Order: sequence, then structure tokens, then C-alpha cells
Amino acid sequence: MFDTKSTMSERPLSPHLQIYRLPITAVLSITHRITGVILSAGLVLWAVFLMAVAAGEAQYASTQVVLDSTPGKLLLWAWIYALFFHLCHGIRHLVWDTVHGLERNTLNRDAYLEIGGSVLLTLMVFLFALLRS
Amino acid sequence: MNLWTKLKHMALFSLPQNSKTKPGKFHPAPENTTRPRRFEIYRYDPESGENPRLDVYEIDLNRCGPMILDAIIKIKNEVDSSLAFRRSCREGVCGSCAMNIDGRNTLACTQEIEDCGEVVKIYPLPHLPVIKDLVPDMTHFFAQYASIKPWVRTQTPPPADRERLQSREERGKLDGLYECILCACCSTACPSYWWNSERFLGPAALLQAHRWIQDSRDESTGERLDDLEDPFKLYRCHTIMNCTDVCPKYLSPAKAIAEIKRLLIERQH
Repeated sequence: MFDTKSTMSERPLSPHLQIYRLPITAVLSITHRITGVILSAGLVLWAVFLMAVAAGEAQYASTQVVLDSTPGKLLLWAWIYALFFHLCHGIRHLVWDTVHGLERNTLNRDAYLEIGGSVLLTLMVFLFALLRS
Repeated sequence: MNLWTKLKHMALFSLPQNSKTKPGKFHPAPENTTRPRRFEIYRYDPESGENPRLDVYEIDLNRCGPMILDAIIKIKNEVDSSLAFRRSCREGVCGSCAMNIDGRNTLACTQEIEDCGEVVKIYPLPHLPVIKDLVPDMTHFFAQYASIKPWVRTQTPPPADRERLQSREERGKLDGLYECILCACCSTACPSYWWNSERFLGPAALLQAHRWIQDSRDESTGERLDDLEDPFKLYRCHTIMNCTDVCPKYLSPAKAIAEIKRLLIERQH
């Protein structure tokens, strides 16, 4: 039996995302993308905030109401974490570009370092905010 | 495939309608079984015209060798002779029995049953057209390998009295590259390769490309680098690292790719 183009296209595609058990580095890789999108969206909000500051006291006060609300706070902290996660994974990309840290036995260790680093940086900002208020 | 279905599959990352799996047959263990273990295996019969299904086989581990390959050979010999898979060397040097076992690509012959889950899930290598059961179509994968011209390319005539020799150091540069058995575990573990295999060469072909770039006897390094300097062939690698995570020979295709990227930058200066 010889394959023709038509039988080729009828062939099923083997399952991929549906069955693949993604290793932690792959999860961090997709999280890097997602946090990148979140940061871009956050930048728009940041611009709105700056415009409100420039527009005067009344407009600034209205953004304060949003930022002081629980959803506003949660969003802000999610954004801060996204920033630090994106930063840490970005640093890892820089290290990779120098052809370091690409060995199998360091993959998981570096992944946990990266997560730890981003959590630590977020906690530091939290403590800083706590001490200032 | 029209544009709409293509977009839909890109957005949903889902399988085409004809590729969705259905529950299949159950083959219970024989009565006197002392150590039963379940294997859930992807089955596709091209002659039935039906969707792929997941058959479940129960076998007695006390009457089976230690590796996944032993189990599927036992199933083929004793339970269901219609099960199709590729295998040859049974010791991790030929790369034929690469498949997805418990969600990870590896060689069935070097994967111990004991290290797998309660129900061992066996699928063909991901995101490839399936010919039958665990046998995917590797035509495109090997065409990509051929496209990197995997042989020593020279302009100068060979020495009259001997072969083209290498120093120990020159030969050492091939370590970590020449061991690749082209089993395709890495390429078919790579999400970038899943979404862009038409244009992205994938980790296996790129590691092989680097193997010939590093070869001191090869005289076409510049041309090889020219060929790879392409937004898709090379630069669709986003360092997801599934390749290095999964290689059954413990090589690092990601490192080979990073080295090619560095060579491309370095030659600009």
C-alpha cells in the first residue's frame, strides 16, 4: 500500500497538549508569556493612573478609591508579582543566551530559584509598603 | 485544512475532530494473575475509518520483563497481535521505540514499568500524523534532518596518504552531539515544534546541525550558519527546555541551539 497525499491528510494527529505532562521549566515558560501580557495590560492602567495624577486632585481621588478597594489591591499585587516573575525569568533568559544553565541537572534547581526570587522580591515590596504606611 | 479550522486549532490547541480519542476495549488479566498492572494504549486502525481509541490491557508483571517494551511485546504476543509499534535494539541505541509514556516522551526499552503510574498510559509521539497505533509518520522529521546536510562537506581534496584526521580536542567537541539517535523524543516534546513544525527545524535537527558545525573536518560552516539564520528554522526556539528535559540520551539540544545562536551573533563582529 502506498501513501498518497489524501490518505496522509486523513490521518489523525497524535495527542499533544492533551496528554503531555509539562515539566516545571515549560510551565514557567508559558507563565513568562502570560505575565508579559498581564504587564502590557497593566501598563495601560498605569498610563491611566498617571493621567489622573496630572488631571488634578478630584480625578486622582477617584483612582485612589479603585486602588484602595479589595479587587484593586489584589490586581495591584498580582501585577507586582507578574513584574518580578517576568524579571526573574528574563534574567534566566539572559543567562541562557550566554550558553549557561542549559544542562538537564540544573533545570529544576534554577526553576525553583527563579520562583523563590520572584516571591522574595514581592515580599520585600510588601514589607516596604507595610513599613511606609 | 482551511484558514478557519487552522485558526480554531491554533486558538484552542485542540485536536481535529477525527483525532479525538474514544474509550476502547478492555482486556482483563488472566485468572491466575499475581501482579496485575494496567496499560492504557492509544489505538488507531487506518482501515476501520473510526477515531482512535484507548484500549486497556491488564497483564501479569510476574510474567513480564521489567521495561515498557517488554510489556507491549508481551501484549502483542499473548493478548492482541494487532497492536503496532516500532522497536529494534531493545537497549536504547536505535531510537525506534520512542513514544509518550505517562505524559513524557521516552524510549519504551529503557523506561522501567516500576517507575510508571498505576495505569501506564502509552501514546504515540505527540503532534504527528498517526499511521497505526503507536507508529507515527516520521517523513517530515527525517526530511528536516536531511535538509541540514548531515555529512562532512569539503572543498579541499583529502590527504593522499590518510584520512582527514582530528586531534583529541577537535574530536572532543563532538561529545554531547554525536550520541543523538534521532528518536525524535525532543522535537515532539517541543511546543514550538508542535505549532510550527512546517518551518521550525526542531531540537533534533538543530542539534544535528550543530554537530556538523562543530566538526573540524567540515569546510562549510559559513554556509551551514547561513542556512540556519532564519526567523523560523532556528529562532522559533523559545528555550522552553522540554527537549533537554526529555532526551533519553541525556543530551542538551537547547544548549546546541544556544551555541548556534551565539555563533551567529559572534560572526557579525
